[in-house]
Amino acid sequence: MRRRLPGWLADAALILYFLFALFPVAWMVILSLKPADKLFSTYFSFTPTLESYRTVLGDSEGIPFTRFFVNSLVVSVGAVALSLVVGLPAAYASARWRFKGSENLMFTLLSFRFAPELTVIIPLFVLYQKLGLFDTYVGMVWVLQLVTLPLVVWIMRSYFADLTPELEQAALLDGYTRRQAFLRVALPLVGPGVAAVSLLAFIFAWNNFVFPLILTSHEAQTVTVGALSFLGGDRPRYNLTAAAALVSVVPPLLLALTIQRYLVRGLSFGAVKS
Amino acid sequence: MRRRPALRPYLLVLPALLLTCGILYPFALGLYYTLFDFSAAKPQPDLVRLHNYGTLLSQDAFWNSAWVTVLYAVGAAGAETVLGVAVALLLHRSSPVGRVLEKILILPLMIAPVIAAIIWKLMLQPSVGVVNHLLRPFGLGGVQWTDTPAGALLSSIAVDVWVYTPFVAVLALAGLRSLPGSPFEAAAVDGAGRWYTLRRLTLPMLWPYVLVAVIFRFMDSLKVFDIIYALTEGGPGDSTMVLQIRAYLEAIRFQRYSFGISYTIVLWAVVYLAAMVLVRRLGRIQRGAAEVSG
Repeated sequence: MRRRLPGWLADAALILYFLFALFPVAWMVILSLKPADKLFSTYFSFTPTLESYRTVLGDSEGIPFTRFFVNSLVVSVGAVALSLVVGLPAAYASARWRFKGSENLMFTLLSFRFAPELTVIIPLFVLYQKLGLFDTYVGMVWVLQLVTLPLVVWIMRSYFADLTPELEQAALLDGYTRRQAFLRVALPLVGPGVAAVSLLAFIFAWNNFVFPLILTSHEAQTVTVGALSFLGGDRPRYNLTAAAALVSVVPPLLLALTIQRYLVRGLSFGAVKS
Repeated sequence: MRRRPALRPYLLVLPALLLTCGILYPFALGLYYTLFDFSAAKPQPDLVRLHNYGTLLSQDAFWNSAWVTVLYAVGAAGAETVLGVAVALLLHRSSPVGRVLEKILILPLMIAPVIAAIIWKLMLQPSVGVVNHLLRPFGLGGVQWTDTPAGALLSSIAVDVWVYTPFVAVLALAGLRSLPGSPFEAAAVDGAGRWYTLRRLTLPMLWPYVLVAVIFRFMDSLKVFDIIYALTEGGPGDSTMVLQIRAYLEAIRFQRYSFGISYTIVLWAVVYLAAMVLVRRLGRIQRGAAEVSG
């Protein structure tokens, strides 16, 4: 019974899957390079042009795409920063002390990962209209916490838990205050974790669609919603849609490539340690 | 360090807790709204207590949505599990081809699902999409992918599979790499075949790792919104009208706020209960696995 699956068969199966995984992206690149008049005629013979990118990034067709792009940057960075400020101390506390209700508290935080977005969005929509937060950066940053905060707390908790408390105890003996021990000893040691979780949280915030769809109109609208605008109108503008989709994918992809090594722990909330 | 049951941990958790309350408040507000007949047509709502939920549960539209949602979640999570584990097993053999491909495995996962849905929408256009163009030589050039009920549901599941299979594959691969080597050596010494080893050793030992991914995918698919919104908007007919899309249409499009929210509350209750049961069971399975292998 030593029959082995031939290696080439396994490779062929892999290549088949990766064709499925990569073809759509490659096809978008092709679509985005097509001149507008060649969109529906011949498929594979055309002279590539950057016209679609110029239109999309030049804010033509009445769609302020660069503004959406900047908006995405601002609200994603804002959400990550706020999550780090409140999330790191919470993660540290829950990793270092077993206090009454700590497990329930952590589960509550994680459970927001599983809540249907629309449950809170609709009341928030009504509330934001009243408070003047509708279609604002503050409103978006506030609501994106739902996505980024549980991520920061849960992943950083497992990083802090892996850190031996003796280092901080030594620092305390040297006359550091607890705050100093946290800021100067514990935090630098989990630095790579903080970097990875920040980038991961950024990606999740950037990719969110429901919150900006309902809680913004155009002032604070983000690229995920903005990219859909090119599909509207009287005739479908496939090349523009493709270009917009590709441009909006660039930041998360660049970040993903830089944090690839840490991604597993992040994606699984620390449940699979490797 | 632990001697003084201090206030400090509570103080450290407090800001995160306050932010969380900022979300709990609208949630409670939403729950409160569902007790009224609050809508654009009725800005001065009457208290109707549980009437919204009664209406909801007596409507075929709700049960249709619930059914479609379950079909979608089971279909997507199931297909992603099978495909993801298969891809992980193939990559684990680590051929030169595999090592190159592994580096780009996570690519679809980093693309916003709504963008992925747009991409697929363009590719699946019946007359001008590339999928039918490629199928034409095989006599299948006219498939109405998203314009028939079954096609629309299958297409949206396919987009979910495209986006999230790497998620299962990445976690399964990490699991495979952290499995202890000795059982496999023992099996090899005993002359166990490849298929036997896979079925009796690899898959059972891998399952606790994969389960994390399966649970995440199942819970997430139950509350799918962006993929369906961009691909089919619930149609044709009600064939892809999952609960969150129905809630969106009721609350935002038709401005029946209370009624729309009651859809999401029912979904929330189901997802929350499922999460509690699954996470608890997961803990038990992982503890069991730890005892067996360590």
